[in-house]
This record gives sequence, C-alpha cells and structure tokens, in this order.
Amino acid sequence: MLQLIVAVLLVWLVWATVDNTIRNLRAQGIASGFGFLWNTAGFDISQSLIPYTSTDSHGRAFLVGLLNTLLVAVVGIVLATVLGFVIGVARLSRNWLVSTLASVYIETVRNVPPLLMLFAVYFGVLKTLPSPRNSIELPFSSYLNLRGLYVPRPIWDEGIWIVLLALLVGIVAAVWIRRRTEKKRIETGEQGTVLLPVLACVLGLPALAFVLAGFPVTFDVPQLGRFNLKGGLVIMPEFMALVVGLTLYTAAFIAEIVRSGILSVHKGQQEAAAALGLHDGQVMRLVILPQALRVIIPPLTNQYLNLTKNSSLAVAIGYPDLVSVFAGTTLNLTNQAVEVVLMTMGVYLFLSLCTSLFMNWFNARVALVER
Amino acid sequence: MKLNPEIDRTSWQVALEWVRCNLFSSWWSSALTLLGLAVSYWVLWAVLDWAVFTAIFTGSDGSACRIPGAGACWPFITHKFKLFMYGRYPVEELWRVNLTYVLALGGLVPLMLPRVPGKLWLSVYMLVGFPIIAYFLLTGAEWLGLPIVTTDLWGGLLVTLVVACVGIAASFPLGIILALARRSDLPLIKWLAIIFIEFVRGVPLVTVLFFASVMLPLFLPENVTFDKLMRALIGVALFSAAYMAEVVRGGLQAIPRGQFEAADALGMSYPQKMGFIVLPQALKLVIPGIVNSFIALFKDTSLVLIIGLFDLLGIVKQAAQSDAKWFAPQTAVTGYVFAAFVFWLFCFGMSRYSAWLETRLNTGQRH
Repeated sequence: MLQLIVAVLLVWLVWATVDNTIRNLRAQGIASGFGFLWNTAGFDISQSLIPYTSTDSHGRAFLVGLLNTLLVAVVGIVLATVLGFVIGVARLSRNWLVSTLASVYIETVRNVPPLLMLFAVYFGVLKTLPSPRNSIELPFSSYLNLRGLYVPRPIWDEGIWIVLLALLVGIVAAVWIRRRTEKKRIETGEQGTVLLPVLACVLGLPALAFVLAGFPVTFDVPQLGRFNLKGGLVIMPEFMALVVGLTLYTAAFIAEIVRSGILSVHKGQQEAAAALGLHDGQVMRLVILPQALRVIIPPLTNQYLNLTKNSSLAVAIGYPDLVSVFAGTTLNLTNQAVEVVLMTMGVYLFLSLCTSLFMNWFNARVALVER
Repeated sequence: MKLNPEIDRTSWQVALEWVRCNLFSSWWSSALTLLGLAVSYWVLWAVLDWAVFTAIFTGSDGSACRIPGAGACWPFITHKFKLFMYGRYPVEELWRVNLTYVLALGGLVPLMLPRVPGKLWLSVYMLVGFPIIAYFLLTGAEWLGLPIVTTDLWGGLLVTLVVACVGIAASFPLGIILALARRSDLPLIKWLAIIFIEFVRGVPLVTVLFFASVMLPLFLPENVTFDKLMRALIGVALFSAAYMAEVVRGGLQAIPRGQFEAADALGMSYPQKMGFIVLPQALKLVIPGIVNSFIALFKDTSLVLIIGLFDLLGIVKQAAQSDAKWFAPQTAVTGYVFAAFVFWLFCFGMSRYSAWLETRLNTGQRH
C-alpha cells in the first residue's frame, strides 16, 4: 500500500518536473538536446592537455575540462598518499616531538574548510609573488612568479624509444628476478636480496640505454626577457594552489586512516614477528603493513573520491577544471542548464564508480592474503 | 621509567630521563628531534613575526599596512568585524540576530550536557519552537513590529551559521528516514533510497549547488520562486542527508536482530518498534559519526560562495579583494587567517565535544 502511494507520488513528481521544465524552457526560448556540444565554443581555456582553440566545439571544451580535473586528481592523490603516510607514521612515532608536530598538523588542517585553504594558498601566497620581471630564481633554471612556475621543458629526440624499451625490459626482468627469489625462498628458506638486482634492472638499464643512445633529450629553458619569461613549461598558479591545497587537506585525513590502520594490528603480531628474528623493516613490511592495509584501503578509497570531488572547488579560483569550464562557462554561454549539470554530475558519478570498482578489486586481492 | 621506587630521583633527573627516552632514544630519533626542532622553530618564528612583531595593530585604513615588510594587517579585521559577523544586516536590527544566538545557546547548552534533565522538551524546542522563532526574528514580521530584512542583506558568520544549522536540522530527520527506507523490505522504497543516496554521494557538493541554483528554478512552476539562500539551503540539506543516512544505517546494522524480533513479538507497530526500540540504541551508537558529518557540513557551508552567497569566507574574500581603501599585500592573508580561526574554533569544538561524549558513553557501557 505504502509502495503504491510512493509510486503514484513519484510518477506525479517526475511528470510535474518534466512538464514544468519543458514549459519554462519554452518560455525562455531554449532548445533542449545535446546539439550544442558540436557548436563552436568561442572561449579560450588557459590550460589544456590536448590541442584546443576557441574555434573548437563545446564538446572538446568538455574533454579539456575533464582531462584537467583528472590531472589534478591524479597528482593530488599521489602526493596526498605520500604525505599522509609520512604524517600518519610520524603521528605514531615514539619520538614525542615528532608525534606532537604531526597531531598539531592534523588537528589544524582537518578543522578548516578546504576552500579556505585554497584561497589562502592562491590569493594569500601565489598571487602576492613578484611580477615576471622580478621572478624568483630557483635551481635548474626555474623561475617562480605571479604567472606561475617556469621550468625547463624536456624535448625528446627519436632515440628516447630505446630508453623506453630498456625500461620495459628492465621492469619485466625485475619482476622475473623477484619471482625467482620468492620461489627460492619458499623452497629453501634462503633470504635472497632483491633490492640491488631489481634497482639495476629498473634504473640501470634505461640509464645505460640513455647514454648509449647519445642523451636523446634537450631542454627548452625559460629565458628571462625584458618584461616576460620566454619558453619553458609553465605550471599555472591555479593548478599549484589546487594541488597544494587539496594535498595538504586530504593528507591530514589519510594520516588518521593510516594511524588507525596500524593501531588495529594487534601488538602481539609485532612481538611474534620480532621473536621470529625479523628485523624492524621486515616486521613493518611483511607483518604489519599487509594486515593494516586491509583496514586502511576502504576508507582510503573514500578519501581518493573526496579529493576528486573536492577538485571541483577549482571553480572558485579559476582553474579550468570540468566544473569551471563546462558547468561555468559553457553553461553561461549556452543556457543548457539541464544537459550541462547532468553531464557534469554524470562524470563524477562515473569516476566514483570506477574508483570504487578498482578499489574493491584491489581490496579483494589484499584480503586474499589471509591464510 | 625505573621500577625501583627506592631510588629517589630529583625532578631534574626525571625530566632528563624523559627527554632521553622520548626524544633521543636512538640516533635516528635524535636526528628526527633535531629536524623537528628546526621545523617548529622556523614555523613558530615565521608565525610570531608575521602575527605580532611586524604586524600592524592600528590604523583607520590600509595605508599603515602598505609599508614594506609589514606583517598581518589587524585593523582590517577590527574595522570590518561587524561586516564579517553579520554581513549588511541593518545595524539597528542587530539585536535580533544576537537574541537568536542567545535563544539557540539557551536550548543547545542544556541539551549538550548529559546531566541536565528534560531532554525531550529541549529537543522539541530546538527542532520545532526555535526554528519558527528564529525565522520570524531574522527575516522579520510586520505584525510583530519587526521590519523585514531580506536575505540578500545577510552575510558573514550569520549566513554560515544559518546554512549549517538549517542543514543539520533538516538533514538529521531526512537522513534517518532515508536510512530506514534503505533498510526497508519494500523494494520500490529501498531502491529509491539507494539511488538517491549513491547518486548524491557520488557527486561533489559544488555540482549539487549548481543543480539547486540553476536547475531547481526550471523544475518549478513559473509562479513559485525561491530566493538564493533558500536554494542553497535545499542543496546543502539534500547533500548532507545522504551522508547522514549512511551514518545512521551503520548504527541500524549494529543493532542485533533479536531487538527487532523482540519488538515484533511484543506486537509493536513499525513506528513503535523503530521509535522506541531500535533508533534510540542505533543513534546512540553513531553519535561520533553524526558529529563528524556535522563538522563536514559546517566546513562545506563555505561552498555557498560559489553560487554567490556571502558566508564568512565569501565576505572576507570580497572585502579583501574589492575594498580599495584596505588594499595592502597582507590584507587577504590576514582575512583568511581570521576566517580559518573562526572555522577551526567551531569544528575543533565540535570534535572535542564528540570525543568527550564518546568516552562518557563508553564508560557507561563497558562491563
């Protein structure tokens, strides 16, 4: 009975919404449909991973925004994970000063809105940097100024393929060496060292190829002209602010997750491992981390999703991410509110779904280690 | 650290022992301590230098803050304090805002202290009585002799608190209903709840706010219009209801089956079973989670500036960027530090309260 009432209400709600929307759209003279995606966009985007000019379509602008969002998310996730693990372990340190500093950081950052951190980094720091003419000089002929960070842009010659090939061969060889050592360990109980041969394969082989191919790379170095810097690779201040702000914010949450994960491993496990004669590094790597990871991964996934969703705050500082380009500029130019907002939401839903599927798969793999 | 009580050590020796154990137990630990000392010295010095030693404390405009090497520009905060707290709310009506705060505290403080009796009536006051009073006090009512103050004049901390409180008050019951619906046996209701919750949790609040501000007006008949604040409130409430629902569901799942079955065996109806048996236990279990989502909601209120409302962060940003009188290199930073401190105070307060409540409830249940 209740279901029937709900069903009737739902149908009525959907019908009324659609009816109102159609009537409102007609009153404002907006044609619905996705045709606008093929129309000329007519606006520039300050950062784009694929070639884009203002004569390209709105659909391509959508793609540019999407790629920019993904770029921030990937860079942010990697940095936040590293920083978060460091702070989380520091929080558990037996050293009083280190653990206090870590908890001060966590308690400060967790209780401040991420948007405020973005503003502080962007308007407070990056926008008060000197003009290009008075750029701050950094090592490796890099420059920092109001317009961003200028670093040398590597230009790859043809010989780079040899290096990439060497890297591929090196990785395959490293995996093979590790498998063989592992097999030998299980059969004979001998602890072989894998670190050196693996490093030699993964780093040494490409380095050798690099030298043999005759250093197939040149750098486009930024030159300090009279008014501006020429050449080089420019990292936008908006991008830096977004990455720094999101990394600092998310790292505090990841640190707490790492801490609770490590604490969840019973102390007896550590003592038993030590009693078996494993040294500190082995205890952490072979006994504690595999068990802690099982507790850490589900909430960690949530934090990755949160970071991706928080990257939409870009709209507030003008970094051309999906929301800023598509739900901002395109929406204002075309007035296609329904299509644009639904497409934007759809992208985030899809990303959420993909991340959680991947993490579920990874989680299942880690969970299987249990014997 | 010594177990032998006969050894009488001076406090100096105890302190030295503590330092050795906790700061210099190994060469690695010693190196970390030195690094930590260097970092804390550098950070503390930078903060003190900026906030106190080179800071400007007096001045009627930004000219004093424009001298080279000046630190924080505190007069910016003191001169704009009223703006940051109330926005452009008419000065002669400010007592209404303050009275609302007093009424809110009058209900909240006794509600938050576990010893005070009469929780039920206090809850009814906070959930029903207070919102009505606050609504008329803040927006105004001609029949009470209170001039109307339109919401575009509201701003600063007032908007932050209004969005947060309405969000909390609306998302709590909504979240409970959604959680119950998700656990329901009726497939249609269950799937509607799942779709809603997963959809909202999968998208960022920014897009929900965009949805509320540009799509909601399209969905409604032409003669129905909401003002901007109302649209933001709807967006925030729906958004946090989905998160609240997941927290409450966690609590519902922790209640043993026997409790449900016992209630059924006693012949209780569904509302009786949930209202008297299941929910009181489930909600008590997830108080930390609920407070956590309140904290998240409080921080998220800052996002309403994206759709053009002036909450605390929005009004600080606007004042720092568009008031030429106060233009100085450190004005913006000073404003953001001030806003960060206010946000931090509220969020940290809530998290401490939740931790305190958790230990209190735990001690009662531990056998």
